[in-house]
Amino acid sequence: MLGIETSCDETGIGIVRGTTLLSNTIASSMDEHARYGGVVPEVAARAHLEEMVPAIHAAVAEAGIRLDEIDAIAVTSGPGLAGALMVGVGAAKSLAVALDVPIYAVNHLVGHVGADLLRGEGVDTDAPLEYPTIALLVSGGHTSLLLVRDLVSDVELLGETIDDAAGEAFDKVARLLGLPYPGGPQIDRVAATGDPTAIRFPRGLSHQKDVAKHRYDFSFSGLKTSVARWVEQKRDAGETVPINDVAASFREAVVDVLLTKAVAACTDFGVPRLLLGGGVIANARLRQVAQERTDAAGIALRIPPLSLCTDNGAMIAALGAQLIMAGHAPSSLDFGADSTLPVDLIQA
Amino acid sequence: MLLAIDTSAGTSVAVVDLTHGVLAERGVPDTMRHAEVIGRLIQECLTEAAIPVSALSGVVGGMGPGPFTGLRVGIAAARVFALGIDRPLVPVVSHDAIAYGAYRTGHTGPLLVVTDARRREVYWSAYSGADAQHLPVRIGDPTLAKPAELLEADFVHAGLPRLDAATISAGDLGMVAELAFAAGHSFAPDEALYLRSPDVTVSKNGPKRVS
Ligand SMILES: [Zn+2]
Repeated sequence: MLGIETSCDETGIGIVRGTTLLSNTIASSMDEHARYGGVVPEVAARAHLEEMVPAIHAAVAEAGIRLDEIDAIAVTSGPGLAGALMVGVGAAKSLAVALDVPIYAVNHLVGHVGADLLRGEGVDTDAPLEYPTIALLVSGGHTSLLLVRDLVSDVELLGETIDDAAGEAFDKVARLLGLPYPGGPQIDRVAATGDPTAIRFPRGLSHQKDVAKHRYDFSFSGLKTSVARWVEQKRDAGETVPINDVAASFREAVVDVLLTKAVAACTDFGVPRLLLGGGVIANARLRQVAQERTDAAGIALRIPPLSLCTDNGAMIAALGAQLIMAGHAPSSLDFGADSTLPVDLIQA
Repeated sequence: MLLAIDTSAGTSVAVVDLTHGVLAERGVPDTMRHAEVIGRLIQECLTEAAIPVSALSGVVGGMGPGPFTGLRVGIAAARVFALGIDRPLVPVVSHDAIAYGAYRTGHTGPLLVVTDARRREVYWSAYSGADAQHLPVRIGDPTLAKPAELLEADFVHAGLPRLDAATISAGDLGMVAELAFAAGHSFAPDEALYLRSPDVTVSKNGPKRVS
């Protein structure tokens, strides 16, 4: 199964055999977005077009197979950036017809959960993914909390961000502090020597009045504004901004709200399992606090290898392979790129 | 035998052959549904032409000019199909297909081909005529312009017979490739003709104040 992922700024091509990972090629256009301080959809879509053929070549070579040995294609149909998704969908359909193989159009978010099934070099667990599980998927493009009762038939969206994605908040705050893009690793770096309790930044949608309606939803735009205002006041007063403390306190606010809501979901639904996915999982503090909080609550924590947490084609192929094994029919050739594909549509 | 794909306007797919001409052609003029329709159109053309993919000697991709989002779908599809069947990609300028169509149906002499570039702009290409192989002879590269610029007296191709096209025929695109190959002409570069930079504004003053 060959998987094609182009929902954001990574051109991901992965090849799997069932749950065995054969190759995972990722070409990122991140460097081209650096000067803009965030992902520019048109720049990302142009890069997908240029990377597609080289990435397929590289994935096939790494897997040690011939392209005509591929039995099926899986592709991200959504959610994601429309123009970026269209390149992957067009390429995947064309390849499916050229190779005369079935095509599976799959949901990007559910793909992140599917990543946990893959086994191979660099994957050091043999314990199978158990259901139901809560999944917290955090990246520059999405921040979602899912209840997964079954990967191929029953996934429920519990909550998601109502404004910025968490990764976007990292980028914007980094920019505010004069740090380069992408913001996540930069914030992590300077926060290492900062005091996470120095400033009490707001935890979005955590007040009693919000929780009734947005128990599992996230909001990071108010937090970003609050950090900006705090920094401006310091600068206006002619004081130096303690970047390390700001970064550490901001990061703490993000991590706190993500895990408070994820653990609450586990507790509320009586699901003692939490799976993390998405590029923001690379954040060391997020992984550390996740371990502490889940240990304290008696929740089993699963984190796939980082190369499978960031957007990639292998997770898309993994989900496609599961759909086949569960006896699902291929997608018709008529599906589109759906930038807002709902998470309960596992296959389009 | 060639498979030809163009999404620089709507979506058009064809199977062509130098001796038999267009064996199958399918098109959808909608400029918003390239990703939806492309797979089905390719499949239907192959079925109608009744050929296995192994009979194809290459895949023709219309490189534009075209408004970016849709243009990429066809180029990606053409490149990946060529990769899938291990045959070369043959890049062709999409405007050449429009000009070829005009000459094929009786037009002679110079011609100005104009297509919509959205955002109140157009793409144009000028042709001096058709050569002995019936191929259009383009003068220079396709260009982006404001519609009014083409009407000015000092426009370099003012007065040329003008053809405004809203669709591009992959059949004509494929025949341009067949004839050019037979005549030993070189092909267009394998690059998408956006003729526009990605529209991004970089703030020079850093983030905006919030207070
Ligand atoms: Zn993602």
